[in-house]
Amino acid sequence: MPPITMRLNPTVVHTPKAPTGIRGLDTVMGGGVPSGRTTLLEGGPGMGKTVLALQTLVHGARAHGEPGIFVAFEEHPERIVRNAESFGWDLSSLEGDRLAFLDARPDTDLIQSGAFDLGGLLAVLGARTKRMGAKRIVFDALDVVLALMPDARSVRREVYRLHDWLLANELTAIITTKAARTAGDANEAASFMQFMVDCAIVLGHDLVQGVSQRHLRVVKYRGSSFLENVHPYVIGPEGFEVARTDTDKDSQARISTERLSTGVSRLDTMLGGGYFRGAAILVTGAPGTAKTTLSGAFTLSSCERGDRTIFVSFDSPPAEIVRNLASVAIDLAPHVAAGTLKVVAAHALRGSAESHLLYIERLVEEHGARCLVIDPVSALGKSGNDKVSRSVVERLVEWCKHVGVTLMCTSLIDVEHRDAEGTPIQISTIADTWIHLDYLVRGGERNRTLSIVKSRGTEHSNQVRELLLSHGGVTLADVYVAGGEVLMGTLRFERERAERQTTHEREEDQERSKRLLDVETAELGARLEILRTQLALKERERRALDAAGDEDVDRHSAGLRSVHDLRGGDRMTTDGGGSDG
Amino acid sequence: MADAGDDHSVRLRLYVAGEGPNSRQARENLRVICEAHLAGRHVIEVLDVFEEPERALDDGVYLTPQLLVLVLPPATPRTVVGNLSEREVVLRALGVSDGVA
Repeated sequence: MPPITMRLNPTVVHTPKAPTGIRGLDTVMGGGVPSGRTTLLEGGPGMGKTVLALQTLVHGARAHGEPGIFVAFEEHPERIVRNAESFGWDLSSLEGDRLAFLDARPDTDLIQSGAFDLGGLLAVLGARTKRMGAKRIVFDALDVVLALMPDARSVRREVYRLHDWLLANELTAIITTKAARTAGDANEAASFMQFMVDCAIVLGHDLVQGVSQRHLRVVKYRGSSFLENVHPYVIGPEGFEVARTDTDKDSQARISTERLSTGVSRLDTMLGGGYFRGAAILVTGAPGTAKTTLSGAFTLSSCERGDRTIFVSFDSPPAEIVRNLASVAIDLAPHVAAGTLKVVAAHALRGSAESHLLYIERLVEEHGARCLVIDPVSALGKSGNDKVSRSVVERLVEWCKHVGVTLMCTSLIDVEHRDAEGTPIQISTIADTWIHLDYLVRGGERNRTLSIVKSRGTEHSNQVRELLLSHGGVTLADVYVAGGEVLMGTLRFERERAERQTTHEREEDQERSKRLLDVETAELGARLEILRTQLALKERERRALDAAGDEDVDRHSAGLRSVHDLRGGDRMTTDGGGSDG
Repeated sequence: MADAGDDHSVRLRLYVAGEGPNSRQARENLRVICEAHLAGRHVIEVLDVFEEPERALDDGVYLTPQLLVLVLPPATPRTVVGNLSEREVVLRALGVSDGVA
């Protein structure tokens, strides 16, 4: 028995889909336009209706073996083909049996007399469809031919005729028409066509602070769910590209436990080993707080690890970035030369935030990058209004997570709002690791500080560190906290020296005491020796004295005896008595 | 329906789409106009787009019914789209003045 799988994402397939091959659009539409059904594409001039429609046709012919017919009511097919060449679609390889153009532009000298219909067109197309085995068809600018109809009833009748014919031939069709701005026949046609067709897409655009933001919205899709929101899009160098604003929450974001070095060894320690692979890292700070340097350190370590990396700079040209980083021992030049690293300059004033996003995504894909650095991501904020830009950055983060690319963004913090520590673009909430750089001005110095505001899934140090830049590289130093104040730079140095001095002095004192004691011990030892010698001397003296005494007495009695004998006087008793001493 | 033509005949080609109402009306309107104004001086060829789509494609006929007034190259044929219910318009396209009637 096959396992039962539940799909919770909004792309559950009810209706067979015909993929458009347009980046993002198939996701938005849950796989593509309805197969064998009609899709209405509405939009103002220059919105890219023709591009979208033709791209779908080309994709069908090339990738799905579905030949297609392009019916041009407004533009000359030659012009359409020429415009398409700039997208590199290589139409000439398809033209003939896989892709056909029909020039159905009404004759400008057309004379009208009475009612008419699209019978001829459908007959011609019917024959062509059979011969080619066509599966897809585009009616580009149908409004042009409908405008020739004498009344609304005729318009309605012809649209139904066309729709019935498409269904009967089981063609996957895209009908493009100009947006209904003003009341009139075209307007009416567009609105009832929306009711008739199975799927309807509207293209629109807003001008926000002088930057055009194009957006697409699927307004209807019978038998299928779809992402209903407004989706920004651009017409890029390869054609139509739609950005997704909704995220598939259960998207298979690759969770990694691999740690990537930050390029600053003490920072690695503070983060418990480095950043996680696939994480989004945000570095915020005022101008001059070394945001670029910190991203450069990460870039270098990524390259050294062998990860293909892209460094997108909105501020400086690539050569300048490389030169400036080399001054702090971050030498990127060999990695640029080896092709591991690509440094790209993106100027904030060219194109909308949307086009930047898609441009960056394509860069990453083409380069096969595993690490991406954007310096600063806040430059995207210049490209449109805050609301749109915020979602652009959020989508960038989500996209990077989805494809497993480690993203490091720097963000400029408005000096006036520094205290808030918030970023103008609120990516801080979706960033995994947020490092804040700042500077303290004290004692006539400006010193850089680094602190980790947050780091998901990682034990991290809560300490503020001093960030030191020198031609030896980037290092972190402990800061001194004294009386509730953080000491840095010279103050820190002085403090360190003072501490060293104190220790030194204490050591010397101890040494001196020890020596003094040694001397005293030696002295006492010596004195002890002298005393011991003196004692021995005295004892010997005493013994000598004892021995000498006995002899004397003997000699004395003998002497007396001799004297007595000599005198010949009285007899003396030997036991004394006659002592005269 | 076509009369035998000579060098001075007006050569006409009418595209119709089967037996649809507009196509039927066009055929009838053209017959009446030609009989009244071009009797013996015209050749009419009627083509059904469903039967001869390649001919329609060659002539770029997508709107039906459609009348082509054929002239010698390099001039391009004049075309009249519709069921030919507006007689003055058709006559102008045929190069026939209304006064002849």
